[in-house]
Order: sequence, then C-alpha cells, then structure tokens
Amino acid sequence: MSDVFAALADETRRELLDRLFARNGQSLTDLQSGLAMSRQAVAKHLHILETANLVSVHWQGREKLHYLNPLPLSDIVHRWVGKFEDARIAALTDFKQQIEDASNSSTNSKPQEKRRARQ
Amino acid sequence: MPANEATNIETRAATGEPCAPDFVYTIFIKATAEQVWNGLIDRDLTKAYWGHYNESDWKPGSRWDHVRSDGSGKIDTRGRIIAMDPPRKMVWSWAFDSEAERPEKLSRVTYELVNLGPDTKLTVTHSELEPGSPMDIGVREGWPAVLSNLKSLLETGAVLSEDQWSEPQQSKQD
Repeated sequence: MSDVFAALADETRRELLDRLFARNGQSLTDLQSGLAMSRQAVAKHLHILETANLVSVHWQGREKLHYLNPLPLSDIVHRWVGKFEDARIAALTDFKQQIEDASNSSTNSKPQEKRRARQ
Repeated sequence: MPANEATNIETRAATGEPCAPDFVYTIFIKATAEQVWNGLIDRDLTKAYWGHYNESDWKPGSRWDHVRSDGSGKIDTRGRIIAMDPPRKMVWSWAFDSEAERPEKLSRVTYELVNLGPDTKLTVTHSELEPGSPMDIGVREGWPAVLSNLKSLLETGAVLSEDQWSEPQQSKQD
C-alpha cells in the first residue's frame, strides 16, 4: 500500500492517471505529448505507476499500451471507508430478513405485499 | 482450431463498428489460480460477492447468464463462452439481456490468471464496447468493485468453508 501512496504523491504521475482516465490504453508516445518532459522521465513515472499496480500494461504487437488500474485504490477505500459500507449492508440485510420473516408469518403473503412492506 | 475455442461467435469488432478503448484491470489475490478461477465461475461464490450469480456449463459456445441474486431470477447480462483454458484463460461475450442477439452490442471479456508464488495475478480485459454506451460507462465502476469483493472474499474466506474448495471442478474436462 505504501507503493500506492508514494506513486500518487507526485503531480506528474497524477496527471498521467488523469490522462488515462480520459483515454485509456495509451502508448508512451501518446502520454508524453503535451508534457514538458523527456521520454525517459515519463517512462520512469509510468514504471513507478506500474510497480504500484495503478497502471496495467498490455502489449499490442510491439506497442506497450497503458491502462488505468484503480484496484489498489479500492483497497484503500475498503480499508477506511468499506467498514462503514459493510455495516450499512449488514443493516439492510438484517432489515430485509426481518421483513421477510414478518411477511412469511402472515397468511399467504404475496411478493407484492412484501414490496409494500419494505417501503 | 483447438477444441476449447468457439470460433463462430461474432462480437462488435467483427461488425466493423468502432469500439471504445479497452479496460484492463489487474489484481493480485492471495489464493491459488484454481481458487481464483473457481471464484469467477462458481454459482454460489459469484452469488456471494457479485450481487448476481453466473450460470453456465462453461463450455466453448455455451450460453452464460448473469442472474440477480435477489431471487427475482432476472437475467441482466448474458453472452457466450468463446474460449476456455482453465485455470489460465477464459474469453466470453457480454451484453445486456435485451441486446444479446445483436453482434454489434456484444463486448468481450478476457480473464487471464498467472500464478505468482502465493498470489495469483488476475487480469480482466473488457474490450469491444460501444463508445459511451451504458455498458461502457457501467463497467468502469463495476469491475473494480467486483474484483475487490472477490479478493476480500477469497482472502478472508468469510462465507467459505474449506470443503467448497476441494469439490471437483466441473471445468476440468479434457
């Protein structure tokens, strides 16, 4: 996870991710255009992003294409936000269970009635 | 042609329509390739983390359905299995149920699994999407959530018992 934070702690690398978000699957040449930076410097930044798994690469013939990979960010979200989400989902599941138990115990409940009960 | 491929399935690129840029997602999961593979196709496992379960006999050419887990039985997405090489690679077509008979609406998903010591590297590529279509927009948010759920399910094993893993795999048919 520290790789991810280190990779994101640089403005140029965030810019590269923005560019991939806008248009996924770009080559080094595509990504370098418009950046006041050497090809080697951009390649180095991309390598850091790749190592942190924030960029996936896919070879198309001889061309190396770069794709935004937000998965490591989900890990971060899961670590500090997900806990709340899990609690919310658990609460909803319990709620659904209670309602279904309640409507099952009433005589011959139809799905429509269940839906009404949920509102 | 290898027997594990269905070559007669036409997807969007074959119709000559323009395709949106691919999405390529990579995730490392602390589990064997077989466990990850099983997590991607098993009905009960997909149901546990996807909000939908995936149903198919997983043979090249066969249909697969992405069915809501809420008991409604509603099929939201479906397609066909294009290539199977368990537990390394799988290619399948994807479309909304109402559009699944129209080749220009059929996108392609590829799963690639590589064993790396204690981890498995899973790469999911979603290609041949119609630019700006609801599917194109939906998968951008959908896959990261699905894959991180799969990862936490496989790594924490919250809803699993050991026994489920040791069941014979129906995909092992040579």
